[in-house]
Amino acid sequence: MAETAATGPGMPQLDISTFPNQIFWLVVTLVVLYFVMSRVALPRVAAVLADRRGVITSDIATAEEFKHKAQAAEEAYHKALAEARAEAGRIVEAAKAEMQEELDAQMAKADAEIAARTAESERRIQEIRDSAMDMVSEVSKDATKDILELFGAKADARSVNAAVAARLKGGA
Amino acid sequence: MADNNGGLAIRPMDQFEVKALFGGDVSWYTPTNVTLWMALTVLAASALMIYGARGRALVPSRAQSAAEMTYGFIYKMVEDVAGKDAVRFFPHIFTLFMFVFFANILGLVPFAFTTTSHIAVTAVLALTVFFSVTALGFILHGTKFLGLFWISSAPLALRPVLALIELISYCVRPVSHSIRLAGAMMAGHAVAKVFAGFTAAMGAAFFLPILAVTALYALELLVAVIQAYVFTILTCVYLKDALHPSH
Amino acid sequence: MEGSIAEMGKFIGVGLTAIGMGGAAIGVGNIAGNFLSGALRNPSAAPGQTAMLFIGIAFAEALGIFSFLVALLLMFAV
Repeated sequence: MAETAATGPGMPQLDISTFPNQIFWLVVTLVVLYFVMSRVALPRVAAVLADRRGVITSDIATAEEFKHKAQAAEEAYHKALAEARAEAGRIVEAAKAEMQEELDAQMAKADAEIAARTAESERRIQEIRDSAMDMVSEVSKDATKDILELFGAKADARSVNAAVAARLKGGA
Repeated sequence: MADNNGGLAIRPMDQFEVKALFGGDVSWYTPTNVTLWMALTVLAASALMIYGARGRALVPSRAQSAAEMTYGFIYKMVEDVAGKDAVRFFPHIFTLFMFVFFANILGLVPFAFTTTSHIAVTAVLALTVFFSVTALGFILHGTKFLGLFWISSAPLALRPVLALIELISYCVRPVSHSIRLAGAMMAGHAVAKVFAGFTAAMGAAFFLPILAVTALYALELLVAVIQAYVFTILTCVYLKDALHPSH
Repeated sequence: MEGSIAEMGKFIGVGLTAIGMGGAAIGVGNIAGNFLSGALRNPSAAPGQTAMLFIGIAFAEALGIFSFLVALLLMFAV
């Protein structure tokens, strides 16, 4: 073994003469690496990760809050909508009732007027008819008197009137 | 010996030689290629974890994301495997992971020197883990730590035998822990070198070894990452034994 | 090819230790296959057990690497 180490292609790993060198530099490296990592690198990365976790947590909390707010707003909106609907329905009802009332009043008024007008017209028709009747009897009396005078008979006014009235009554 | 009298002039182990950077003999403080590649390991780890994460942005860049994922990955491993109270050893384990990981990866760069392929290096790593974990167990639990070997659920007659077996397997841990890493690294690099050496020897079929080396390289990349992962996770397992010795 | 009986024995021994790595390969394949079949039965439990998968693979693989190491030692160091 000593011979191989001296003469060549043995395993360099078993060359004990290089061990102190390797171990020395390994210890130096590990100490340096440990201090670089534990003093500088790891606290930085840990701080970044903690920051990020904090930001994410607070963001999630904010988002949750916004969600709640949105839900509340939606509820309020729905409530307002329902109230407005009810209000509108009530107003429509009231308006309808008022209109109906007015309509009824107008109808009654119109009916009354129509009735009054009808009565008036009937009365006037009656008047006209009566006056027409009077005229007819007058004309008949005059005509009868004239006819009688033409025949030369003395017309007695009273008997002519009675006769005409009787004929008219019978004819009518 | 083995290959200097054979037909092929492949010397797969030459890449593992420790050489002084500026010539001369290798004494314990000489800057060697070990020094160079370990320094590059530190630089690479710092580049990822400090330069990569320098933005400290809320929405990370790619490099920062990689640094954070490495952090989160090791943190979760420590927490899951070794338990919540092992988190105070997270920087130590993270240092170990970063060193092994970047040493393995940088070792795959052509003409590189793989520091973790040396048993001296991995043995120091594994023994450090072994002794610190054992010391931690005794400091935290006193003699109760020996309950790790005294399996109270087994029949009384069997317990001494089991204790002996447990003790042996406990003491073999650093051996397997270190040789696994060094062996895996050494094997892959040596095989890659052997295949690469075939390229000249195969003549017209030179592309076959090149394809083989390419495939092997992909495998080696996987092995480099997995070995770093395994080294770290086994450290966590040993740490868990020290923190919670009762099964 | 000249050489001693001892050297021939060394090469035979290296070849024999290489068989050990085949055993490790069987072991690793067994672990991975069983993990996969278990993961297909209960995919939700699989992610939590990948650490155990790798630990198991590492243990199985370590023994193969031991035999590889013995081979290397025989080749280069004995």
